[in-house]
Amino acid sequence: MAQTIETHGGADLRPAGLRGVAADFSSDQRAFKTASWGKAMMWIFLLSDTFVFGCFLIAYMTARMSTPVPWPNPSEVFALHIGGQDVPLILIAIMTFVLISSSGTMAMAVNFGYRRERRVTAILMLLTAALGATFVSMQAFEWTKLITEGVRPWENPWGAAQFGSTFFMITGFHGTHVTIGVIFLLITARKVWRGDFDVERRGFFTSRRGRYEAVEIMGLYWHFVDLVWVFIFAFFYLW
Amino acid sequence: MSETTAHGQSPHTQALHAQDHGQQHPIRLYLFVWGLLFVLSAFSYMVDYLGIHGYLRWTLILLFMMLKAGLIVAIFMHMAWERLALVYAILLPPVLVLVFVALMVSEADYTIFTRLAFFGATP
Repeated sequence: MAQTIETHGGADLRPAGLRGVAADFSSDQRAFKTASWGKAMMWIFLLSDTFVFGCFLIAYMTARMSTPVPWPNPSEVFALHIGGQDVPLILIAIMTFVLISSSGTMAMAVNFGYRRERRVTAILMLLTAALGATFVSMQAFEWTKLITEGVRPWENPWGAAQFGSTFFMITGFHGTHVTIGVIFLLITARKVWRGDFDVERRGFFTSRRGRYEAVEIMGLYWHFVDLVWVFIFAFFYLW
Repeated sequence: MSETTAHGQSPHTQALHAQDHGQQHPIRLYLFVWGLLFVLSAFSYMVDYLGIHGYLRWTLILLFMMLKAGLIVAIFMHMAWERLALVYAILLPPVLVLVFVALMVSEADYTIFTRLAFFGATP
């Protein structure tokens, strides 16, 4: 009960700006006044994941900067032969649009969740999962294409050997995140469809009352996956 | 408690349970940001398609990347409406990754220098 007492009322009376930061952290209570523990923990997990992907991208930068062998040109490596000519990076561009679309449907799902329209929310979440699965399938296609062309973690036909290892590690880790996200989405969508968050049914793992905030927390993870792709797209594919 | 001011919470949150702190914003905002992300992605793809090279290429890539990342974090992940304590706790630590980047740039420069000095053009 203490938790509800400390968070009630005062929400709009708290100081803003830096004074608010100092007041929140020195309040001898929970520091994040408007974020529940679930949301705060998801953010902290995402922060740790940021460091993981940050380390991968830094490793890639170090490998690319320190090799005297020319780096393969991603624009040509990831080109597809369509209609008699090579279109550069087209598959990666389509994957980017698919993932951004899935972020859009996820944002809408969160919105409809807070409006307590459970069927629309569940359908939007399933649509998000379908787009995520499409993304992973296209990635599998891309991996297959590169592997048949002779790309290995230790060699490739076009240049610096580190290209293969960084490519498989970075996109593989990101694809794993998308896959886990799809599974997470299906589980949450089932709960929404069943009306768990309307009747506050307790979770099988946490035994906490179900609330529509779970959809927003799920959304945080999904948008993060999209966010990481923005950085991979810029640094690995476009640079 | 005398120095209290209303903090910048958007008026759309009123309709919800006090404990929920739900994020309720107009659908139009999400659709607008969605469209913006599409346009920015198309721009960054055009950088490659049009074959822009050199510093202009890197500047444009970084610009579109930061704009997209900012939109996703601020609007889709609702960071724009969170208390500053959470914003600082989450967004400041990744900035320190830039220190790591600086360290590794100097390290990579040293590696390529020794490789070229001792092995010539081949590794």
